[in-house]
Amino acid sequence: MERSLQGEPRAYEQLLVLLTVALRAVVNSRARAAGLDAEDVVQEVLLALHLKRGTWKTGTPVAPWVAAIARNKIVDALRRRGQRTEVSIESVVETLCNETADDGRSAQDVEHMLERLNDRQRQVVRAVSIEGYSAQEAAQRLQMSEVAVRVTLHRSLKTLAAIFRTVPSED
Amino acid sequence: MRTDEFIRALAADGARPVVPIERWLTGALLSGIALSTMLFLAALHTRQDIMQAVYAPAFCFKLIVTISLAATAAFLLSDAARPMPRIRWQRALLLAPALLAAGVIFELVTVPAHSWPARLMGHNAAHCLSLIPLLAIAPAACLLAALRRGAPAHPALAGAIAGLVSSAVGATLYALTCPDDSALFVATWYSIAIIAVTAASAYLGSRILRW
Repeated sequence: MERSLQGEPRAYEQLLVLLTVALRAVVNSRARAAGLDAEDVVQEVLLALHLKRGTWKTGTPVAPWVAAIARNKIVDALRRRGQRTEVSIESVVETLCNETADDGRSAQDVEHMLERLNDRQRQVVRAVSIEGYSAQEAAQRLQMSEVAVRVTLHRSLKTLAAIFRTVPSED
Repeated sequence: MRTDEFIRALAADGARPVVPIERWLTGALLSGIALSTMLFLAALHTRQDIMQAVYAPAFCFKLIVTISLAATAAFLLSDAARPMPRIRWQRALLLAPALLAAGVIFELVTVPAHSWPARLMGHNAAHCLSLIPLLAIAPAACLLAALRRGAPAHPALAGAIAGLVSSAVGATLYALTCPDDSALFVATWYSIAIIAVTAASAYLGSRILRW
């Protein structure tokens, strides 16, 4: 975690992949019963973990911090569906610590949300995610500076988070 | 979008080292204090007898109360900005009210009862009620902006703590110009101003600190 936050993209990507595995377990057990697409919630939690990574205190255990953010976002997602739910933090920590299993699942909502970004933002997000370019390569391909790619990417992610917050997820 | 692709976008955005939330909060607090100090120097002035006042126990006591409130509340900020609900050192907040209560009791014991009302009303309570919130605006704005980068478990509580710090900073500056040193005056009018700012900031927090 510490290395990831120093800006080592490889370490960070590995960490996110590991967290995703754990998050799926938590989210599956709660969201699916409520009729939510679990993978949407997983991606929403990942986005929150990413944007709020500055609130993790260096040297403290990662699990309670991840659990607190996951819990907040799961409760949000369920509430948007008009369901009142209690998710205890202990149960999230427990499931977080227990699970393994993986594959590349996909989510519907994020796809819809990408439509709401502007063209430039969408191009950048697609280039670094689906097409898998580095920021440098994406910059060359889109004829932007690398800094502009990074700024656009960061803005896009913040916009996605704002859309998640305000819009009830579609059926 | 597939989650592994989504992660690639996040990882690409994570290429820069992240700034820890406590550094944002410290920066915000210092800039807020600096801005309010400039406002104070531009629009107000220290009281005429400030050079003698610094030797007066009552004047120093007033500053100790407001500074201890600012300091104890500031210690809670970084916990309030995190997603875990636990906030450590909450009891430290009792220090300033306890000091003030002791000051009030001391004054009631040592000062004859017929002069209590005059001391309580002081010279200009309206100044106190308007200048403390005015001097709290800059720190509150800076702290709320920094807290928006955090992930507070309780947005209203985080807003309240920011308001408490800010109004205590405002009260400390105002104390330098305020001619009333009576603990009765401080306990009444300073408290009203501080509670009002804290409540307003808690409300703002509940609106703008959700994440």
